[in-house]
Amino acid sequence: MKKTTSRSDLIDTLSLPDLCRFCQADEAWVIELVEYGVLEPLGRTVQNWHFQGPSIARAKKARRLNRDLGINVAGVALVLELLEERDAVLSRLSRYEAI
Amino acid sequence: MDFKDYYKVLGIPRTAGADDIKKAFRKNARKYHPDINPGADAEMKFKDVNEAYEVLKDPERRAAYDQLGQEPPPGQGPYQPPPDWDSGFAFSEGGPYGQEGFSDFFETLFRRGAGPAGESRSAQGPDSHGRVEITIEDAYRGANRTISLRMPVVGPDGRVTLQDRSISVQIPKGTAQGQHIRLAGQAAPAFGSGAAGDLYLEVAFAAHPVYRPDGRDLHLDLPVAPWEAALGGHVVMPTPDGKVDLRIPKNARTGQKLRLKGKGLPGVPAGDIYATLRIVNPKVTTQEARAFFEKMAKDMPFDPRAQLGG
Repeated sequence: MKKTTSRSDLIDTLSLPDLCRFCQADEAWVIELVEYGVLEPLGRTVQNWHFQGPSIARAKKARRLNRDLGINVAGVALVLELLEERDAVLSRLSRYEAI
Repeated sequence: MDFKDYYKVLGIPRTAGADDIKKAFRKNARKYHPDINPGADAEMKFKDVNEAYEVLKDPERRAAYDQLGQEPPPGQGPYQPPPDWDSGFAFSEGGPYGQEGFSDFFETLFRRGAGPAGESRSAQGPDSHGRVEITIEDAYRGANRTISLRMPVVGPDGRVTLQDRSISVQIPKGTAQGQHIRLAGQAAPAFGSGAAGDLYLEVAFAAHPVYRPDGRDLHLDLPVAPWEAALGGHVVMPTPDGKVDLRIPKNARTGQKLRLKGKGLPGVPAGDIYATLRIVNPKVTTQEARAFFEKMAKDMPFDPRAQLGG
């Protein structure tokens, strides 16, 4: 097996073009995600936007749901909210079951 | 390699029409999508479903696949396609380009070195995405992980093989769940002459018996004895960063949350630890302990069900 060692860096923030490349999406789609409140970038204008950890992970998830299941932005926003609610409920449930 | 029965994967007969194939794919994709169904099982299943659809949705590819016939009976060793099985079919190669490949079966039969549509992007190859699992303790201290990935690699003869690569990854101190680590130039090598793209790894925390992470904060249940809760005082609590002294207020209740500022995941600002108190009773096994509880029962005017009404 080939073994490689390389420099690894933790991603703190991504600009809009970087995020688009990161999740292989176009800018219009990312902007729509922001308009629906799925992503919350810092910065006032689109040019100054930068996306932090949780938004980066959400964007990637949103893109997968969109690409794999054909869900539009409104649907993705709803699915992500319901999934987060479900995860919170499941983790509370597992706590009560553990007691 | 193993034979893949794509019809079985999608749960459809070999005579299924294009519409039925699409319907079965959509249903299975929803059912097994890894973002909706946590667990490695669903992820494998989802990959199989995608691979099956990749072949069956394309009439030429499907015809070539049907030509292979049924799965051979077990016990005949690794599967070998008959020679010239694909002659007369002109399908284009498919598959998740630049990511972890499909099965050996797919890679051998349906992908032969040609690039993806849009191959003209010669500046840099596509990025790859993966995951790396670390423990909460790793996140406090930083760690080195070696991950292995299977990636399609084009040989000099133009054939594609899946190669195992192992990559050493430095996990910085204070990495939180869901953050991404970039490994520049470590994606699957580009087809053609371009440089390899970047490999992104999403950090996931392994389930921990004690802590529940939430961003940079950690939550845990902290068991306390009834007298610790009633009288208050200091208890010693272990954290991933070492033991800390925690003050329990007098008359503490089960469910009460105590915050340890800055003791969560390191960073600027560092996270907090939230301890939710849980009063646990000692098991009464000795005569003395029994006498204690009997004395409490007699001497303490306490009705735990006062608020139930009635």
